Amino acid sequence: MIPASFDYHRASTLQEAFTFAQEYGEDAKYLAGGHSLIPMMKLRFSEPAHIIDISRIQGLKYIKEEDGILKIGALTTEADLEFSDLCHDKYPILVDVSKLIGDPSVRNKATVGGNLAHGDAANDHPAVMLALKANIVAEGPNGTHNIPVDEFFKGFFETALEQHDILIEIQIPATKAGNGGAYNKIERKVGDYATSGVAVNLTVDTSDTVVDIGIGLTNVNPVPMRVSRAEEALKGNKLTQELIEKAGKIAGEDCSPTADLRGSEDYKRSITKELTIRTINKAWERAKASL
Amino acid sequence: MEFTCKTSKEIGGMGHSLKRREDDRFIQGKGNYVDDVKLPGMLYMDIVRSPYAYAKIKSINTEKALAIDGVITVITGKDLEEHNLHWMPTFLSDTQMVLPTDTVMYQAQEVACVIATSRYIAADAVEAVEVDYEPMKPVMDPHKALDPDAPVLRTDKEGKKDNHIYHWENGDREKTEEVFKNADVVVKEQIYLPRIHVASIETCGCVADYQTATKKMTVYMTTQAPHAVRTVVALVAGHVGLSEERIRIISPDLGGGFGGKVPIYPGYIVAITATFLIGKPVKWIEDRTENLQADSFARDYDMTCELAATKEGKIQAFRIKTLADMGYTDGSANPSKYPAGMFSICTGSYDYSTAFAEVDAVYTNKPPGGIAYRCSFRVTEAAHAIERMVDILAQKIGKDPAELRMENFIKKDQFPYKSALGWEYDSGDYHAGLEKAMNMIGYDELRKEQVEKRAKGEYMGIGICTFTEIVGAGPSKDFDILGLKMFDSAEIRVHPTGKAIARFGTKSQGQGHETTYAQIIAEELGIPAEHITIEEGDTDTAPYGLGTYASRSIATAGAAAAIAARKLRDKARKIAAYLLEVSEEDLEWEPGKFSVKGAPEKSKTIQELVFAAYTNYPPGMEGGFEAVHYYDPPNLTFPSGAYICVVDIDGKTGAIKVRRFVAIDDCGNIINPMIVQGQIHGGLTQGIAPAMYEELIYDDEGNILNGSFMDYLVPTAVESPKWETDHVVTPSPHHPLGAKGVAESPTVGAPPAIVNAIVDALSPLGVTHVEIPVTPYKVWKILKEKGVVD
Repeated sequence: MIPASFDYHRASTLQEAFTFAQEYGEDAKYLAGGHSLIPMMKLRFSEPAHIIDISRIQGLKYIKEEDGILKIGALTTEADLEFSDLCHDKYPILVDVSKLIGDPSVRNKATVGGNLAHGDAANDHPAVMLALKANIVAEGPNGTHNIPVDEFFKGFFETALEQHDILIEIQIPATKAGNGGAYNKIERKVGDYATSGVAVNLTVDTSDTVVDIGIGLTNVNPVPMRVSRAEEALKGNKLTQELIEKAGKIAGEDCSPTADLRGSEDYKRSITKELTIRTINKAWERAKASL
Repeated sequence: MEFTCKTSKEIGGMGHSLKRREDDRFIQGKGNYVDDVKLPGMLYMDIVRSPYAYAKIKSINTEKALAIDGVITVITGKDLEEHNLHWMPTFLSDTQMVLPTDTVMYQAQEVACVIATSRYIAADAVEAVEVDYEPMKPVMDPHKALDPDAPVLRTDKEGKKDNHIYHWENGDREKTEEVFKNADVVVKEQIYLPRIHVASIETCGCVADYQTATKKMTVYMTTQAPHAVRTVVALVAGHVGLSEERIRIISPDLGGGFGGKVPIYPGYIVAITATFLIGKPVKWIEDRTENLQADSFARDYDMTCELAATKEGKIQAFRIKTLADMGYTDGSANPSKYPAGMFSICTGSYDYSTAFAEVDAVYTNKPPGGIAYRCSFRVTEAAHAIERMVDILAQKIGKDPAELRMENFIKKDQFPYKSALGWEYDSGDYHAGLEKAMNMIGYDELRKEQVEKRAKGEYMGIGICTFTEIVGAGPSKDFDILGLKMFDSAEIRVHPTGKAIARFGTKSQGQGHETTYAQIIAEELGIPAEHITIEEGDTDTAPYGLGTYASRSIATAGAAAAIAARKLRDKARKIAAYLLEVSEEDLEWEPGKFSVKGAPEKSKTIQELVFAAYTNYPPGMEGGFEAVHYYDPPNLTFPSGAYICVVDIDGKTGAIKVRRFVAIDDCGNIINPMIVQGQIHGGLTQGIAPAMYEELIYDDEGNILNGSFMDYLVPTAVESPKWETDHVVTPSPHHPLGAKGVAESPTVGAPPAIVNAIVDALSPLGVTHVEIPVTPYKVWKILKEKGVVD
């Protein structure tokens, strides 16, 4: 549990971080909350020669609505989300997810940006951002660019961020009447990675017809996964328990979990189905309440 | 019977919920743990560990490691062999490698130790040591270890032709067979208690400091038994010049022990050797994965259990055959005469006269151990077996498990009770305990609710466990470790102003001795507990004792404190008689003072009498006010408990919710109710742990699959239900304070209560047994098998 030797650089601006990154190239890693990188370094699974600490860069820690968009700064911590009045009032899915990450001391340090940029399908925010159809804003030495969340997760611990890019902001369409979201996961104990996690963001009209739907899954697929077929099955249709059941069934069928100490593939498909059904119902309840 | 306080709150004797005085420093982060010890010139040790479970060591190349700036030396088995220190004895007279010379026997075994000027350099050097292994197929299944063609693992033992360690048995095999043959009902179940780990929050480690000028070896060490360690080190290393008067073991604050800090691990011995050879202090602190992977395990008993009964459910006989996987050496810390510990408590809380128990222990390529994790030597295994079997019997004959227990309990007036396997249970009132638990939880209402829930297809279960513990080892006629008798000690020194310091042969790891021992002395002497300092863990100052484990501290050293204090009270009486000019018989004691019978205004406080012991004592009397006592208990103590658990199971996902958990404990008279409650809360949580979460898992190649806290699931406050606790009190008739010990009861009693509840919930599906840990995945598999989920 002792990391290999490394040099530490603290960046006070994005520009400074890019300068360090360009200087040290592939031997360098950005450090934000440190809750993915540091454990890997302590186990010597990762031995970067240079650490560029971006956690003190000003202006990347906010949760605000602007121009019909919810904007979350990348250095926003899980605890910031958990205790945000804005999230409590209008985006309860973000409170759901942050409360299920780690434990309070982890949530005080771990950042939303880091959770996404790590590209780990076991992390919880990817599924939530898929459900919310978020836009990821990245900045590199050559300026900023937008990455739709569906193009963000490329493979096993692999994202669309280019070398030297820093994820700076997450943009989510602002909530409106009839919209409700929820996240839930099954874990072996508190703080564990999900055995399966389901994020649902649902918009219904007054006749319970699905206007918009996003469903994302955690840790039951090699990359964070959208359940497109289930979304299609629901969209434009009037919600019923039969239809929700069908969506759950599709989620169980379409995911691609791996057997491990958490359970077999069959088990993970089965609970993904059940969790999808329950989470759609929870989102529906919230959607109706907002009408 | 409830205990009433004899002393005022100011004195703070028995029965007062004094706040734990040690917590002042702990909650301020001012504790002093081994890793807080920093000595001038201190070096750091780190350990190269085997990636294989079973392999020949072809060569160890230390060249690259030694070339790193700051690396002092690398110690291998060959180096130790030169001093004949490469093997050491275990507490049960087996042998264990300190470092291997040719073969590694389990994954994560110590292979070489690096000594460096910083912890970081030591870690880098560990990576640089090159070991060439020739892996061999390990023996991981204890059943296969006994196959005639299984490779013999302990080739170091001359003439050893198999992997069998010992056979132990107790009871009457033939008579038991006879009863089983003629019984109306026989139930049988295979019950496996998997390998688990104590996972104390502080890992193990030491700072070994040999002073070349004084030839004195001081070792700050995470040990529950410092005196035993001192003697063992003297016996093992006497030939290199470490004699016992030059060895000082200091066990500072400990962050939990639970039995895991009783054994002597190779790391300690290498650090001691290194400081001896180098002449500078050497610190070794394990990290979490090392602790989980290499330090002593607990349990790993595979038990075939059978219960014979009449058709009405009167238990007639119990039979149990066990295979114990000990890993590559028997690292148990049991009393010498009890290789399977107190396993023969397995007949439980029930009245029948016939039983037979046997255990066969085998070697495998797993880490050694077999320690008593928060249970007095294999009591958890025993209680799990009998308490599961009683439920299986109840299910078989269709009787309520509470009723079946009530009908079979040993009755209050049968104590002292001779059990079928020979123990003399000292006291208890099992009917009162279960009745209290049933009333508290609303048992009859819950059974009604269960009927309604079942009609709706919901899974609700109620589980009972009514266990008997056996603790306080032990009477010297039967109990020793490596020949050292298992008495324990207290020494009280009262200063002229009436304040005191007392020292003990035990060692708290969180039990609260600094508070409870002071309360015992306050109870007996009337000196306020807050005026009494308690010290333990320094072999240069504390009287000899065998340490703290097996719930033995109150049963042995606590009794010693009471008796030492009574010796002092007798002395105080003599001084009072002298000062008040009356005879001793004319004096009356109330906590804190002696007064003349019939003339209460003529009195002397304990403080006045202590002062007189230094300033004005009777002619011919020895001055001073000090006493020491070594207490040899006449019998063990037998705490008991009645636990009831209610669970709800999610029929779609297998999720298990412990809705309620009531624990009624009988630990005899209570010294500090708040500390007892804390002990029970902690113990229950360490009971839910193996019942629902914890298990050390190995693959066929001997790789541990969950060697970190990411996958070794220690429950937190979130997983813990609200514990509801209360007591019945039957004082131990032979203990000077009527106390029995409490710390281990909840860990012993909780798992069967939880499993019984889960099985009860699933019983409409025809389920009769589930192995621990009962996880949601395991329940889901049952639901799937029974066609409840698809």
